[in-house]
Amino acid sequence: MTRRYFLEIGVEELPARFIDDALVQLKNNFENTMNENRIKYEAISTFQSPRRLAIDLIGLESRGESEEVIVKGPAKRIAFDQDNNPTRALEGFMKGQNVKLEDIYFDTVNNEEYVFVKKINEGRLLEDVLKDSIANNIRNITFPKSMRWGGKNIKFARPIRWIVSLLDDEIMEFDFEGITVSNVTRGHRFLGSQNIVITEIGQYKELMRQNYVIVDPQERKDTIKYNSQRLAREKGGNVLRDDELLNEVTNLVEYPTPIMGRIKDEYLNLPFDVVVTPMRDHLRFFPCVDDKNRLLPYFITIRNGDDRFIDTVIKGNEKVLGARLEDARFFYNEDIKYPLETYVEKLKRLTFQEKLGTMYDKTIRIQRLSGKIADYLEVGEETKKNILRASYLSKADLVTKMVTEFTELQGKMGMEYAEKSGENKIVSQAIFEQYLPRFAQDNLPTTTAGAILSIADKLDSICGLFAIGIQPTGSQDPFALRRGALGIINIIIDKKLNVSLKDMIDFSLYIYIEENSLACDFNKVRSEIFDFFMARVKNMLTEQRIKHDVVDAIISTGTDNIYDIVIRAEKIVNWLKGEEAQKTIVSFDRLTALSQKATSSNVVRNLLSVDELELYDAYNKIEDKVNTYINKKEYDKALDLLGYLSDPINRYLDNVMVMVDDDNIRNNRLALIKLIRDKSLDICDLSLIQI
Amino acid sequence: MNFQELMLKLLNFWGEKGCLIMEPYDVEKGAGTMNPHTFLRALGPEPWRVVYVEPSRRPADARYGENPNRVYQHHQLQVILKPSPDNIQDLYLESLKAIGIDPIKHDIRFVEDNWEAPTLGAWGLGWEVWLDGMEITQFTYFQQVGGINCDLESGEITYGLERIAMYLQDVDNVFDIKWNDNITYRDIFAKAEYEHSVYSFEKADISVLNNLFNIYENEANKILEQGLVLPAYDYVLKCSHTFNVLDARGAISVSERTNFIARVRNLAKNIASMYIKQREEMEFPLLQKAGEMND
Repeated sequence: MTRRYFLEIGVEELPARFIDDALVQLKNNFENTMNENRIKYEAISTFQSPRRLAIDLIGLESRGESEEVIVKGPAKRIAFDQDNNPTRALEGFMKGQNVKLEDIYFDTVNNEEYVFVKKINEGRLLEDVLKDSIANNIRNITFPKSMRWGGKNIKFARPIRWIVSLLDDEIMEFDFEGITVSNVTRGHRFLGSQNIVITEIGQYKELMRQNYVIVDPQERKDTIKYNSQRLAREKGGNVLRDDELLNEVTNLVEYPTPIMGRIKDEYLNLPFDVVVTPMRDHLRFFPCVDDKNRLLPYFITIRNGDDRFIDTVIKGNEKVLGARLEDARFFYNEDIKYPLETYVEKLKRLTFQEKLGTMYDKTIRIQRLSGKIADYLEVGEETKKNILRASYLSKADLVTKMVTEFTELQGKMGMEYAEKSGENKIVSQAIFEQYLPRFAQDNLPTTTAGAILSIADKLDSICGLFAIGIQPTGSQDPFALRRGALGIINIIIDKKLNVSLKDMIDFSLYIYIEENSLACDFNKVRSEIFDFFMARVKNMLTEQRIKHDVVDAIISTGTDNIYDIVIRAEKIVNWLKGEEAQKTIVSFDRLTALSQKATSSNVVRNLLSVDELELYDAYNKIEDKVNTYINKKEYDKALDLLGYLSDPINRYLDNVMVMVDDDNIRNNRLALIKLIRDKSLDICDLSLIQI
Repeated sequence: MNFQELMLKLLNFWGEKGCLIMEPYDVEKGAGTMNPHTFLRALGPEPWRVVYVEPSRRPADARYGENPNRVYQHHQLQVILKPSPDNIQDLYLESLKAIGIDPIKHDIRFVEDNWEAPTLGAWGLGWEVWLDGMEITQFTYFQQVGGINCDLESGEITYGLERIAMYLQDVDNVFDIKWNDNITYRDIFAKAEYEHSVYSFEKADISVLNNLFNIYENEANKILEQGLVLPAYDYVLKCSHTFNVLDARGAISVSERTNFIARVRNLAKNIASMYIKQREEMEFPLLQKAGEMND
């Protein structure tokens, strides 16, 4: 007969964002307990709501499996004295292992005989294991933020108020800081019983449902999704899809009932995000949209309960939304009283970072940096003008009333207000795009101006914070610099920008030195920043299943053109599939050591013997073409051409003695080797590629 | 239900649950938490139960009496239960019934909200309580006060009285709240709202206030050295309010802001340590009354 264990931790409303992770931890903790004690089980299921975390272990063996262990003791020669009696060393060992002399045996390890003993570890009884582990399995759940309450010695996200612990439907007691451990749970706060006795574990889900708690989160989510959409369809619309909000709301309610309320038409004239953001962020409402994604005058909210007295609830929610939208309209109307430009001055009152000045200082730096990048990329006068304008206005929305209230509208309001202020479309679009990409897989800037502004904004943060020693460490990355660097890399690749990363870092750091009189160890900081970027580039390429050695072969050449690195990786991977690659790599690898002895790559033709001329001429024949391919980034074709040198290289090294006594001849031979190897280094270091 | 009935019902409710019914503290402050009946009593191992209404001044929220939802001074009804009883949420919900809010007929939710008061070196975890989507109460388990970990955690319940009254009376403008059946919020506070707005945003003399801040701070430090915790704390409250006016006046730059907050917090921390030390020397007199405080 297998057994079944059930645990429910009853809590005051847990933060929605903590619930799923806490449940996973609870499950892991019990899995570990069972595995460590070799207790087999058939299945584990979990349940949750804002007020409970529960776990149900089914098909448990009543005892752990026993296991045989072999323990090594002292060496045989010190285990017995001259009279062949056990020494203290052996007696100590036997006592420690609780065995007798007849239990031990000998075995040889590294030419030395040792005492051994085989022991059977009996599996422990399920009851004992549970008694010892339940409390810790609860305690060991960690939260991003936890608290103490009532003077108890426990930390949890919110107070634990009851515990249900049942082994085969019987109460399995354990000591837990005076919190009641029983078979009594509580239903929905207002609709269910507060004194529910669980007599059969298998009945838990149904019993809770009768008491207005849906303990399966997927079922709650499906109910919300299905019934919300049904309400929206009745009005000819759709619920605006928002998975994050759906997940949050699922964990805010025990018994979800979607209800629909009205938005006054007058608010629908406001920009889309101005209406949607307060609904989503403050009220957790779902907006409804028509087939063209335009807002409809309806919202859906999820009541924690059934549909009784629903009119009161709808009316209350409509009233709250009205006040919020009234606020939003007030902020919007106040903000557009002045052109966006006028807010730039106010940025002097907003700190970017204590040592790096205000947002105004940042604005000025971004403007200089993006101008510099624009020149570097030769974007043309018109685009540059737009970039400078967008840079100047880029942070202005941060001090508007709307963004002060809803920070996540940064950029969006900047775009909106820029348009209202008569700025051109490219400028307003770039202001929005400076924050792209906001998360992995987010859209990238579409305009050149947006791309350059986005790079300048992120690079300024990275360089400034590295300069004052606030770089990301471990999980600490408060300014999201890693995401910023990855954003820059993705933009560079997407826009096919041929830029030297080192130059860009220097531009930014120089601007800091000039504008902020920033003092730092310049060379150290720039190489730290460079390494920071390169680590991300390497990561990205390995994630694209490009092998480490290929990535290293490219990066070790010292190239700092990220777009080019990516192209090279692609082309080299392609070339490696060809038939000649292996042979080429082997022959070029033969040049590696010798080329390092060379001091120059200037070859004097007159000094070459007939045997050497074959290689030199072969090289000269292809050199121009190789360069052309490299310039066109057709690295695979360049490598194909270099492949023609494989045989000449091998013959040369087989037949010519390089390290002769005559300095001139030796240096000339080394120079030829370096000349050829250096050409391959314009693409990658072939010696690093594993074949 | 008019405003004064609302206050009285809640005061009575909590009075019956063993809370001392206290008057507001007579120094201007931004929140009921700053009342010494909360700030100081939350420290140390002594039990404490209190309820009071606290008029709370927030100069930056002043709107010349023109905004339907924001005011210079609003009223918080503050409850401290130390230690927090196991049924604290149930007690709270019972209190809502006492003012005519039947949970069955509404949607009441406890939504995560973490409270922090940097000037007091205090933080706690809890919720904002939603009534049909509207935040009506702040519910907090104190974890740290004056930079000191709470030995015995207090449960703090702060009702936003105006919000609740607007809901109960079904009015959209705070100034339409009936204080009693004849007199409205407007009759009582409109002039004060206007004048305090003018003062906070336009007329407050920045250099005078800066001087006052320094004077209050010095005085607080001086008398704290002499072991007079409560008079020193009064001056901390004055510092805090002076800072709030300067802030509303737009007279505090970003870096100064951090500095001001640090100065007030420093005072608050020193006062908290001194208070605990003194109570310890007195052998925490309320410990003996622990039994009598429980209901």
